[in-house]
Amino acid sequence: MSENADIVETDVVIIGAGPVGLFAVFELGLLDLKCHLIDILDRPGGQCAELYPEKPIYDIPAWPEISGQGLTDRLMEQIKPFEPEFHFNRMVTGVEKQEDGSFVVTTDENEKIKGKVIVIAAGGGSFQPKRPPVPGIEEFEDHSVYYSVRRMEEFRDHDILIVGGGDSALDWTLNLQPIAKSLTLLHRRDAFRGAPDSVNKMKKLVDEGKIDLILGQVTGLNGADGVVESASVKTKEGDLIDVNCTRVLPFFGLTMKLGPIADWGLNLNENLLPVDTEKFATSEPGIFAIGDINTYPGKLKLILSGFHEAALMAQAAKKHISPDERIVFQYTTSSTSLQKKLGV
Amino acid sequence: MAKITYIAHDGTAFEVDAENGSTVMENAIKNAVPGIEAECGGACACATCHVYVDDAWTAKTGEAEAMEEDMLDFAYDIQPGSRLSCQIKVTDDLDGLIVRVPERQA
Ligand SMILES: Cc1cc2nc3c(=O)[nH]c(=O)nc-3n(C[C@H](O)[C@H](O)[C@H](O)COP(=O)(O)OP(=O)(O)OC[C@H]3O[C@@H](n4cnc5c(N)ncnc54)[C@H](O)[C@@H]3O)c2cc1C
Ligand code: FES
Repeated sequence: MSENADIVETDVVIIGAGPVGLFAVFELGLLDLKCHLIDILDRPGGQCAELYPEKPIYDIPAWPEISGQGLTDRLMEQIKPFEPEFHFNRMVTGVEKQEDGSFVVTTDENEKIKGKVIVIAAGGGSFQPKRPPVPGIEEFEDHSVYYSVRRMEEFRDHDILIVGGGDSALDWTLNLQPIAKSLTLLHRRDAFRGAPDSVNKMKKLVDEGKIDLILGQVTGLNGADGVVESASVKTKEGDLIDVNCTRVLPFFGLTMKLGPIADWGLNLNENLLPVDTEKFATSEPGIFAIGDINTYPGKLKLILSGFHEAALMAQAAKKHISPDERIVFQYTTSSTSLQKKLGV
Repeated sequence: MAKITYIAHDGTAFEVDAENGSTVMENAIKNAVPGIEAECGGACACATCHVYVDDAWTAKTGEAEAMEEDMLDFAYDIQPGSRLSCQIKVTDDLDGLIVRVPERQA
């Protein structure tokens, strides 16, 4: 991963490391194209890994039953020979066309990756923290309410309220407690989804009187000018109480939002990218769109359709990059040159 | 078959004949009951099909399983009868079931 502002150069930049973006690495790799993938999640698999890792999928050809995580793991194994480079925890914010026809992709960490071709495999959009349905919460966002911790210093010496019962809520409870003025963890029930070790550590802090644990739900936030002073909480017993807090961190899971893709000057149709069904090209030559993010007559948002789209797109991408090179159609079963690339 | 009554947040009642084996969520969507979104299509992955099961029926609908409880953490204004409607399967026993739709989904 690039640690500095130097531009990384590659053949193809794939935006989104869901199942379709992953399989695109394979199809592009067979055509000797090297890929970098960027995803806002901290791991590959997109919806399969984030929304339903344990659930079975029944319509992947030749896999009568496979879990979301199982499919992701197998795709990672399948594309390994092509040594894709992953940039996780990064949101792609910009895509800019260069004079030479290539593109520079910018991330929210200000990294720049230059690709001859861009493949948008952004699915339902980037995964972003869900805004809890607390009335008026918008008013306090970025001043007192945060959905992630980018800089711990923002929380030093504050009365912190953390809401949730999963790993994020527990991890930040443990990490922020030493620098907080006070810390309250609020969860609706006594069972926590997080790692048992974190749960134990959290309970120890409660026993030592270092943090407060309240079972209940936030019903409202009180304060003015974007600054929270307290949260109204309905406890599990049904009592209404006020919890003093100047920083609130709600962890209510992730939801998919289209995000910055809308700003890249591409034609959009109801938040999807219209493409043709030969090349899966967007309105900008050199930018392709595959998987759940695209639309065309008859489109089905299925993983298997995305795989097909990846195969055809790869041919078009190769022609875009090397218009004069003749592409010979080959089978992986019988082509020695493909087998060499696969390392088999 | 079971008759299910959905009471929308504004008090409007929707009576629906539901087939055995279908889910309470599916019948709400099929009959356009307002306030049930079911973004994930019933995979217990979104918590936007949250309903309150009427007190008289909670024994019959049973308890949420662990995965559903985890998902309920993301729902708004949880009450004792809170369930995710995609996880309630219709049986003859549920004939007459009453569920209320919350003010908002997560
Ligand atoms: C509960 C559930 C069950 C399903 N069951 C099936 C099934 O049985 N069979 C089937 O075929 N399909 C099923 N699907 C649909 C299937 O999961 C999707 O079709 C598939 O995940 C689409 O893959 P994708 O790679 O196009 O996009 P996604 O899986 O959505 O991945 C896109 C990735 O791009 C990232 N991204 C987007 N924008 C940006 C950005 N600007 N910067 C950085 N990263 C970005 C996202 O964070 C995400 O990780 C199911 C879906 C759900 C929710
Ligand atoms: S429909 Fe998504 S959890 Fe029920």
